[in-house]
Amino acid sequence: MPAFILRRLLQSVLVMLTVALVAFGLFRYIGDPVNNMVGQEATMAEREALRESLGLNDAVPLQFLRFVANAAQGEFGVSYRMARPVADVIAERLPATLELALISGFGALALGIALGVYTALRRDGWLSHAIMGLSLVGVSLPTFLIGILLIYVFAVELKVLPAFGRGEVVDLGWWTTGLLTPSGLKSLVMPAITLGLYQLTLIMRLVRAEMLEVLRTDYIKFARARGLSDRAVHFGHALRNTLLPVITITGLQIGSIIAFAIITETVFQWPGVGLLFITAVQFVDIPVMAAYLVLIALIFVVINLIVDLLYFVVDPRLRVQRSGRGQ
Amino acid sequence: MRTEPPTSAPAAAPPVPRGALARLLDGDLFHSFIRSPITVLSALVVLAILVAALLAPVIAPQNPFDPATLNLMDGFTRPMQANEFTGNVYWLGTDAQGRDLFSAILYGSRVSILVGFAAVAFAAVLGITLGLVAGYRGGWVDSLIMRVADVQLSFPAILVALLIFGVFKGVVPPALHDKAAIYVLILAIGLSDWVQYARTVRSSTLAERNKEYVQAARVIGVPAPTILLRHILPNVMGPVLVIATIGLALAIILESTLSFLGVGVPPTQPSLGTLIRVGQDYLFSGEWWIVLFPGLTLLLLALSVNLLGDWLRDALNPRLRR
Repeated sequence: MPAFILRRLLQSVLVMLTVALVAFGLFRYIGDPVNNMVGQEATMAEREALRESLGLNDAVPLQFLRFVANAAQGEFGVSYRMARPVADVIAERLPATLELALISGFGALALGIALGVYTALRRDGWLSHAIMGLSLVGVSLPTFLIGILLIYVFAVELKVLPAFGRGEVVDLGWWTTGLLTPSGLKSLVMPAITLGLYQLTLIMRLVRAEMLEVLRTDYIKFARARGLSDRAVHFGHALRNTLLPVITITGLQIGSIIAFAIITETVFQWPGVGLLFITAVQFVDIPVMAAYLVLIALIFVVINLIVDLLYFVVDPRLRVQRSGRGQ
Repeated sequence: MRTEPPTSAPAAAPPVPRGALARLLDGDLFHSFIRSPITVLSALVVLAILVAALLAPVIAPQNPFDPATLNLMDGFTRPMQANEFTGNVYWLGTDAQGRDLFSAILYGSRVSILVGFAAVAFAAVLGITLGLVAGYRGGWVDSLIMRVADVQLSFPAILVALLIFGVFKGVVPPALHDKAAIYVLILAIGLSDWVQYARTVRSSTLAERNKEYVQAARVIGVPAPTILLRHILPNVMGPVLVIATIGLALAIILESTLSFLGVGVPPTQPSLGTLIRVGQDYLFSGEWWIVLFPGLTLLLLALSVNLLGDWLRDALNPRLRR
């Protein structure tokens, strides 16, 4: 067990270092950082002074080490486009993205499990068939198209929900939240649906498949034979054993929700880090791109780690398998 | 993602020899195809869109990107209604510049499909090559390739593609952006999607490597590349076909998403995603058709390819034939 944790930790550090290397490569070799920071009329001497003060004349491995050390302290330099520290800009934008991602993630999880269980239990009902058919459409419908359709129906035609922005937000000092004002909540509805729909279909199909598999097992038959109520069998026995893989997939999906938020945030002009990143890509604002990359990688790695550990703790069978595999 | 076997799967299929390419021409697969109406329908839809896109210059009533053929007076014509100034009727209406949307969609699907196929081909060739090498050679080559794959797999494809695009914009001089954009798009989508192929091919190669026909080939001195390409490759192609089909739908969606985000193909050579991006601006003033019809085409294309992929996966999966 400790060996397993240690190996996972080591792997995570390795992934982070790889990502940091990519981010560093971006910063160092895409365009000239000095040119991007000074104005057109800067003299050679000024450029050289900046170059020296940024440490760009040092050996490359040393520069990389400094980059990693700075990144570990959340220091990513100054945005080329906005001339503000990247860390500040991201800290300002992060609450919007996290609120959106968490709300749509949990919504998708709750609804996905409910629908998955329903379609598995009423396997041949017409409603189940309809839901399954719709879910395939959901998988094929690109995120941005869902958003546009929602905007057209609810903002343009029915005029009940705002088409863009975050509404009024309450500033809590270190966090801005849109969850406390009516306009903030209203603004959240469509982006959350847009972002969560794909995860919803994924979780639903997974729960259904797992549930169908579990319902075939002997211990379920045994539970039925003992005369337990359907309710106890379905929810006490079957669903519980279904949830293990669901935890994993959901955990991994939280990371991709944050990445997919790029699209949703663009459609709804949601002022989060995704919108920041896409603007950075368009304007080749390398420090912002590098910082976003490292941030996302960190979120991914931490979630992966937590999920792995959680899975490992929850399922005793894995402990035997993992130590036996010896990879 | 797992799906249930289609109800139309053949009831009692004889054990089929491995080797998916041979199996593809087998009557069995064709039989399961014909017995699934939804699959036949999606195949027809895909075929229709393919042919329409391919023959766009012949079918399209106008060349939508030649300014000389556009009449500004025709702008914002509603679908199936005569324009109030010119009296022209367009099936799917026109956009702000009086561009016939039907023609624009034909040309747009052309770009989308081209990029989709090219990206899948690129990803498949790269992934299969790396997978074959990793599985056959083993050792540090294997570890290196698979670790890279692991790292990449922990990031969503869209992020990888966006990053590659960002790098491209920083490296290539701005004058060349529009010209090179489509190739970069193919490269970005392909590079974001090779891992699947590599992993699948590697695990099949590991299984094939120790079989007698491979050992026999090695003993008589067939060089490794020949063994890989002539002997192992045909035997690992089954799962690859499935991944490629579903990958095509994903690539088309990814392309349209990137174009929608404004980092894809330039507006002078729009794909379905670009059309949707441009059309989104007119949604608020009530011109819904400019965004709706390209969107529907995209949905229809992606959905049909997905359905084909689902069917192919079930049909090629011997475990589901019970």
